[in-house]
Amino acid sequence: MAGQAARGVGGIARFILVVAATFLGLLAITFFIGRVVPIDPVLAVVGDRATPAVYEAARERMGLDRPLVVQFFSYVGDVLTGNLGRSISTGRAVVDDLGRFFPATLEMATVGILIGVVLGVPMGVTAATRQGSLSDQVIRVLGLLGYSVPAFWLGLVGLAVFYAGLGWVAGPGRIDIFYEGLVEPVTGVYLIDSLLAGETEVFWNAMSHLLLPASILGFFSLAYIARMTRSFMLDQLSQEYVTTARVKGVPERRVIWRHAFYPIRIQLITVIGLSYASLLEGSVMIETVFSWPGIGRYLTVALLNADMNAVLGATLVIGSVFILINKLSDVLYRILDPRARR
Amino acid sequence: MSAVRDWLLDDSPSSRLQASLGRTWRSFSALMRNPLAVAGALIILALIVMAIFAPLIAPYSATGQDLANRLMPPSAIHWMGTDELGRDIFSRVVYGSRITLMIVTMVAVISAPIGLLVGAISGYFGGWADRVLMGITDIFLSMPKLILALAFVAALGPGIENAIIAIAITAWPVYARIARAETITFRDSEFIAAVQLQGASSARIILRHVLPLCASSTIIRVTLDMAGIILTAAGLGFLGLGAQPPMPEWGAMISSGRNFILDQWWVATMPGFAIIAVSLGFCFLGDGLRDVLDPKQRDGR
Repeated sequence: MAGQAARGVGGIARFILVVAATFLGLLAITFFIGRVVPIDPVLAVVGDRATPAVYEAARERMGLDRPLVVQFFSYVGDVLTGNLGRSISTGRAVVDDLGRFFPATLEMATVGILIGVVLGVPMGVTAATRQGSLSDQVIRVLGLLGYSVPAFWLGLVGLAVFYAGLGWVAGPGRIDIFYEGLVEPVTGVYLIDSLLAGETEVFWNAMSHLLLPASILGFFSLAYIARMTRSFMLDQLSQEYVTTARVKGVPERRVIWRHAFYPIRIQLITVIGLSYASLLEGSVMIETVFSWPGIGRYLTVALLNADMNAVLGATLVIGSVFILINKLSDVLYRILDPRARR
Repeated sequence: MSAVRDWLLDDSPSSRLQASLGRTWRSFSALMRNPLAVAGALIILALIVMAIFAPLIAPYSATGQDLANRLMPPSAIHWMGTDELGRDIFSRVVYGSRITLMIVTMVAVISAPIGLLVGAISGYFGGWADRVLMGITDIFLSMPKLILALAFVAALGPGIENAIIAIAITAWPVYARIARAETITFRDSEFIAAVQLQGASSARIILRHVLPLCASSTIIRVTLDMAGIILTAAGLGFLGLGAQPPMPEWGAMISSGRNFILDQWWVATMPGFAIIAVSLGFCFLGDGLRDVLDPKQRDGR
């Protein structure tokens, strides 16, 4: 018992160490990117007609004359205290901007992953149990398309078909202009805020805006989740205990869901975690197409304005969330799977 | 013909060349029996032919403007219609194959050797070198690739060369992992010990004996990664960070067609089909190569 507890504590310590090291690596990369910018950061502040004395003074004030290692540690300190500098394009502190834009991204990615899981898992199970059938082929093709269709292109086609052509969903943006500001922002997630305020009309409008971009994001996670579910299920269905259960006369439904599906749910958690993290990343393209005011769009606007503080801030946030989700699903797998525990 | 075939399939090859050619031939004919792989190979072949003979295939110039005929729908004269400057979209797609081919080739040529070398050194020496190199590799592996590429391009400045560098920087860690895993499986085997006893230097062992054995799994992985590389490059082009106008890069073409998507749908959709076709081609070929060269990696896809 005591040994197990000690292993648990060691495991947590190890987890924190790995996450911290990876996070430090991310900081090193963003620091490096900030330093190799061809644009001289001093010139950007003083202008190119400054005298050498003014230039030197500014350089010293910005701490750029210090050794790189010292600069890196002060950068790490800045990030840890939430100081990411000021954005040139919005004029606000980057941290405030990120806090303002993040809920929109979270909302879209979460609805996207829900779509991916709710449709993808049953599709994968169906494909595995009816190997070679039409539904199996369809899922195979969908899986390959998930690897080869550009997300931004699918977004544009989706807009042309479902918004302009059929008029089923609302167009770009998060909400119609006349609903804007109607609901007090509590969480920043419109679907939740509008329900909290009891404004169902706002809720349905927000939903209508969200549905298309989230479905497109969801398609990519669906393709991946269905493919992995299929391959995990095939593995289980070929095991001898499944044959034994069938021979004993266990109903096929129970064989599939109780015997074969039950053990793979742990592997699926890892897959869903990975997929969720990649959705946060994929939202960069989708947000640009749908003028969705999330971190991804904030990042691309900053990129085009060469607004480096904002670019690096957004990279840090997306990178950190990505790393955290990845490592957490890894840990969850270890905790839940008795074989991986030792 | 059959004499050549017999020579290739000889069970006791008399030279190193004959053995390696025979092995290549066996893999090749196995690959050709896989319909999806053949389809993939044909698509890639079409891409290469299109890139080489672009001036002969394209009916119009890729950059020549014809403002009288702007935004024309697809027809017998303009197979894919014309864009906002009256340029023939089909011709631009054809010329765009050169850019796509160049990007994937350059990314593969830069990232695969880096990954192979890092992985082989890490696996061969082990110890602290392994720990340091794999630590760095793992950090890069757990970063979101697209975001990292975007940040690098932001720092280096927009343009096709910088896009290639940025994608290559995010692509190598996977190959390092593969090369390390392969190296470890035969690091302690007898043929390595034999070369060591003959006094070969570590550099020679890694370059001549370790790396060639990592090649096939790396080739599979590179082919499978190509679709992702194409999508990232097109994404950078779409955001205005990759190839710059008037270059007929497919992602940039979709971006310029964005403003007309509601009425002139063909401007943005046509280059997208080209991207999908080529990405699918690499997926098919990669799947087929994996089945032929490395059956144990099959995951039931």
